[in-house]
Formats: sequence, structure tokens, C-alpha cells
Amino acid sequence: MAETHSLQDLQQPAVSSKVFIQRDYSSGTICKFQTKFPSELESRVCTDRQQFEETIQTLNNLYAEAEKLGGKSYLEGCLACLTAYTIFLCMETHYEKVLKKIARYIKDQNEKIYAPRGLLLTDPIERGLRVVEITIFEDRSIGSGR
Amino acid sequence: MRECEYSQISTRSSTPMETPYKKRTPKKRKWETFPGRNKFYCDGRIMMAKQTGVFYLTLVLILVTCGLFFTFDCPYLALHLTPVIPVIGGVLFLFVLGTLLRTSFSDPGVLPRATPDEAADLERQIDVANGSTGYRPPPRTKEVVINGQTVKLKYCFTCKIFRPPRASHCSLCDNCVERFDHHCPWVGNCVGRRNYRFFYMFILSLSFLTIFIFAFVITHIILRSHRNGFLTALKDSPARYPFTAQPWLVVCFFSVWSIVGLSGFHTYLISSNQTTNEDIKGSWSSKRGKDNYNPYSYGNIFTNCCAALCGPLPPSLIDRRGFIESDAPQLAPPANGITMYGATQSQQSHMVSLYTVS
Repeated sequence: MAETHSLQDLQQPAVSSKVFIQRDYSSGTICKFQTKFPSELESRVCTDRQQFEETIQTLNNLYAEAEKLGGKSYLEGCLACLTAYTIFLCMETHYEKVLKKIARYIKDQNEKIYAPRGLLLTDPIERGLRVVEITIFEDRSIGSGR
Repeated sequence: MRECEYSQISTRSSTPMETPYKKRTPKKRKWETFPGRNKFYCDGRIMMAKQTGVFYLTLVLILVTCGLFFTFDCPYLALHLTPVIPVIGGVLFLFVLGTLLRTSFSDPGVLPRATPDEAADLERQIDVANGSTGYRPPPRTKEVVINGQTVKLKYCFTCKIFRPPRASHCSLCDNCVERFDHHCPWVGNCVGRRNYRFFYMFILSLSFLTIFIFAFVITHIILRSHRNGFLTALKDSPARYPFTAQPWLVVCFFSVWSIVGLSGFHTYLISSNQTTNEDIKGSWSSKRGKDNYNPYSYGNIFTNCCAALCGPLPPSLIDRRGFIESDAPQLAPPANGITMYGATQSQQSHMVSLYTVS
């Protein structure tokens, strides 16, 4: 049986709370997030701890790839210097390419794993690479009597 | 069976048919509401500090000096020595100008301020740590061990974040800047993680350019003096080009030395992977303690230089040209778990539509 909800009902906020995963600076200034499972997630939503840690670890690896010092980044840097940095007007930097990859990965993880559990991961770049913001949505089906 | 309350949908506020001529308020870009003390040009593409007077002075000095050199000295030198001289001068001049503009106009690595949710979360954590007592708590710091060295992370009261290591708050621009080196009034911007290499290239190429110009102006005077005698040559010069008068040459001489000195200083900083800020404070100086060393250094000079100059260029963390999203309330997710929100948060705030749940 189809049920229709009015616009007013839909516009009511349903965000329960937000959890922030802070940066881990123990390896220096490289972008790395703490893999410790936050206690708020444990009490609110039954999330697979392993899955979460894997997501954060993959993110950390991707950021490490973006900031890696190697032959490719040196080549890019030297080429840029020789062209008086005008090459960046038409070419995307290696870091930007990896950031796009990270955005796709987060979208993918949200769709497959976190959305069904009522969670939403925000891309850290939208928060200045300071935190991974996890929004916990209130489960409205509880208490409405099925 | 679910109980649903049906209430009338209000159509007054948003139907376009009722008010066909209502103008939509133009969307603002994020740079227009940027909280720091910065100036933006070209619709957010260019970012500078508030005080830009000295930058224009730098520009004028470089343009005038090079202009005079190309107009008065180059024709003679090209004719009597080699035409390669103006070519090299031209290339150097363009490189200096390019790096200067790149240093001045780019985002030095500003850290965006914390969102209200983040700030509240941090406050909560700090209160828990302190155990709320009546008096005002001491300045908030966090200690972290990096490569065996204990580094204190300070809390920034303006930006409401714990500053990452090597970041510092610039009081002139009122921003926290990553890997803050110093605020340079000559380039009209802070020098930080994202524009340090441009700054270094600028002062290095400027050193070469000033030495080049100085050397060839002297050469020009000497060559002329071979014909007319040295004193006549010097006497002639001010009449023909007033800026080669003796006081001006002295000024040039000292400015050459200060720029060359600055280049040398920054070469030392790069090779030891330190910032001006750290060097002035003596953060990693061995005078502080026997075990005090720089945890950020890669160990050898070559890697340090490569990392600073040829490392990956991080993107700007402040989205200057993005549009400000109006804060729309979040939607309730469907009860039976239809995945409607495999989208980003910004997309979600736009999903205000009727849907059916079966």
C-alpha cells in the first residue's frame, strides 16, 4: 500500500548527531586520520568495527599516495618550475587527481556500507582535511509502530 | 499499519507560477564571506593580504629597474658585446615576475575555520578532559610525538581548531596557515606551505637578476670609460639616465646584498627543512637540549631540497570559488531502507520532493 508523506514531514531535521575523526599527527604533517573506532558509533549504531577501520585505513593510504615523494612528483615539480608554473593552468596536479579518486571512494563506501546503516561520511576536503565527519541519522521507524 | 498524519501542503511560498517575475537572489561565492582579513580579486581567483602597498612598491621597483636596464644599457651591450645579454635578462625578468605574482596571488595554505559542529565537539572533549571546574582552564594544548620528538599542538581560539604541527596563526591576515614561514609585506601575502617554493624561486631569481643587472651596468660604465675616461662616464650617466647617479648605485649595491643574503638564508632553511618561524624561535636548535632535533627533516640535504621545491603541490583547502549552500534541513531517511542517500550532503539538502513509500 502506497503512503504519501507531506512536504512538511519530510523537511523536519533528522540528524541525530555527528562524530568527528581527528587527524593523527604521529607521523608528521602528512594527512592521516585516527583509525580508533569512536565510542559514540558503538553505542548508537551497530557498525562493523573492522569495516570502519578498513575505510579509514584506505583513506590514509590514498592520502599518502597523494603526498608521496617520488620520481613522478619530482618530475612534475621540475617541469612546473621550468614552465614558470604556468603548466598548472592546463594540467591537473597529481594531488588533485588523487583527491578525485578519494571522493569517488567515499561516495562508493557511503552507498554500499554506511547509508544502509544510517550513516554518512563527509569527504574530509570539505572540512579542510581536518576531520572525517560522520553524520548519524535518526532512525524514524523506531517508535512509529509498524 | 502505520499511522500517518496528513497535513496540507503549503504551496504559497515556492510555486514559480505565482510569482513569475520574482528575481532569484544571486548565489554568493564563498570568498565573499571569508572570515579572514584577505582581499580577493578576479571573483576569488586571486588572494592577497589586506595591506598590499609594499607589494606594489616591489612591482614598481622591479619594473623600473629592468625598464631602465633594457632601455639604456642593453642596446649598447647588445651592440658591443653580445645580443645574448638582453635575452638572458629578459628570461630572468619574466621568471622573476611570474614567481612574484604566483607567490602573491596564491593561497599560502590557509586552514579553514572549524564548523560550529566541530567546534562544539572539540569543546566537549576539552571539558571532559579538564573536568569542568569553576575557573577558566589554562591554554589548551595537545602533545604528540613525531619521529621521537614531543611537539605541542596549540588550540587556536580564533579558528577554533588545534593547529597542525608547523602551522601558525598570522595576526595580519587573521588565518591559520599550514607550514607558516612568515608574512612577507614585499609580496603582500603570507608565505606558507603552498607558496613557499614560489617565494624561494622568486628571491633566488631576483638575486640572479639584480647581480646580472648590477654587473652589466658596471660593465657598461667601464666600456664607456675606456673611450671617455671613467669620471666622465660617471658624470655623463646621471645626465643621460638620472637613476644611475651615485646614491642610486649605492642603494642598488645594498639591496643586491640583502636579497642575496635572504636567498642564502632560505637555502639554509630549505636544506634543513625548517621554517623561518621555527628558526627564529630556535625550536630545533641544539641549544635547547642535547636530544633536540628537527623531526621533519628527511636526514639529507638533497631530499630536503627536493621535498620543499619539487614535492607535490597540495590543493587549496578553502574553496574560494564555490557557491555558498543555504542551510536546508536534513531529510528523514525512508523507513524501509531505500537507498536514496548515496549522495553527498550537499546533494541531500536539495532533495525536497514528494516520494512514496510502499
